[in-house]
Amino acid sequence: MNGFVSRGFSGSRRTPEELAERLPPGQYAESGFPVLTAGPTPDVQLDQWRFRVDGMVAEPREWDWEEFRALPFEEVPCDIHCVTKWSKLGTSFGGVSVDVLLEAAEPLEANAMVYSYGGYTTNLPVEDLTDGKAWVVWEHEGEPLPREHGGPARLLVPHLYFWKSAKWVAGIRVVDHDEPGFWEGNGYHNRGDPWKEERYWTD
Amino acid sequence: MAVEPDRLPPVEQRAPGRWQIGTIARIKAETPMVKSFRIELPMWMPHLPGQHYDVRLTAPDGYRAQRSYSVASSPIDEGEIELTIDRLDGGEVSPYFHDVVVEGDQVEVRGPFASYFVWRGESPALLVGGGSGVVPLMAMLRHRRLTMPELPMRLVYSVRGAEDVIYGGELGDDALLTFTREPPEDWSGHTGRIDGSLLQGATSGFDAYTAFVCGSNGFVERAAELLLEAGCEPQRIRTERFGPTG
Repeated sequence: MNGFVSRGFSGSRRTPEELAERLPPGQYAESGFPVLTAGPTPDVQLDQWRFRVDGMVAEPREWDWEEFRALPFEEVPCDIHCVTKWSKLGTSFGGVSVDVLLEAAEPLEANAMVYSYGGYTTNLPVEDLTDGKAWVVWEHEGEPLPREHGGPARLLVPHLYFWKSAKWVAGIRVVDHDEPGFWEGNGYHNRGDPWKEERYWTD
Repeated sequence: MAVEPDRLPPVEQRAPGRWQIGTIARIKAETPMVKSFRIELPMWMPHLPGQHYDVRLTAPDGYRAQRSYSVASSPIDEGEIELTIDRLDGGEVSPYFHDVVVEGDQVEVRGPFASYFVWRGESPALLVGGGSGVVPLMAMLRHRRLTMPELPMRLVYSVRGAEDVIYGGELGDDALLTFTREPPEDWSGHTGRIDGSLLQGATSGFDAYTAFVCGSNGFVERAAELLLEAGCEPQRIRTERFGPTG
């Protein structure tokens, strides 16, 4: 690289080596679960809650809370990486695979806009949501997902920076073109692969 | 059905986004736990008040640590940025800045980044800060004072005690303080956590304002709830929550 060294910095608080290799570049291990949200926390009532797969699909689908909770449940052990530099290693979530949701609706195009209660959006290629890479989860470490972390349910896409894992998720819209979602339109990278350190537009 | 977001027009991102080596020009101790660092940049570009820079430390063996810090200065201050850094015990980057860095040192930074929690001249504007959450709000307040002092903008600033006030010498009529623990002895203003009456006082005469709220998650949750109760629309409340950024 450029050979710059910070005078007097030895890095005395490093993550132990066995965990360090699970940290993408520029990340540090955080034991807590910080909350980052761009606006007030939405309060979604379960009897009002719906999840939709719509847009360019063969058959638009909608589930209410009870129907959704009856879908096949998976426990998802994972590491998560926030673009603000913290990573949470060895955590777990529980919910339904996005494969199950998309198979029910049959996407006809290759892009998706995920949308949330409260207005948040994030864009992903359908490819990043399928083949066991993404879930809609309502449990965190065996407990109901707290509201501040996106409860009743949030998207979970652990292989991308965590802003892609939309909190208070309301649906997946399949679209025929790629368009930036909320953070993607506000300076953050369109795809957000932590291992390539794709944080900002220019990365 | 989800509400469409109150999408701001994306700005052209002119940031080089590249790492550059800045020089610490001045260090100011704001409180026992908070210092401000003026950094001269060779590839400076104007930021939007509220944006942040990334800072990267490199050890001799190549080990690196990165953190993000909000810019506290106005983009009118050409060629330099001010980062105000809260010392977090057990942190990795903030103790380095507090205990090691001296004027004349070089630090690696890149930015400015993110364009949501930024002030683009929205008026009137209510700024609500808790603790070091005041930092990005100070960039807004300073920029307004330097460029459009008539624009209605007020800061509500919650701190624990008298010695925790960051930018104490700069808070004027446009700032309302509240002390949650130990106010100064001669204090006759607001004490305790922020509440509806404090926010109401700060926004008297404001019509359909935009609120910028920054602080810990608990602080932001409370402030946002109070603003919603006061009738502020959710789309007009922008928040930034300071997680642990040691």
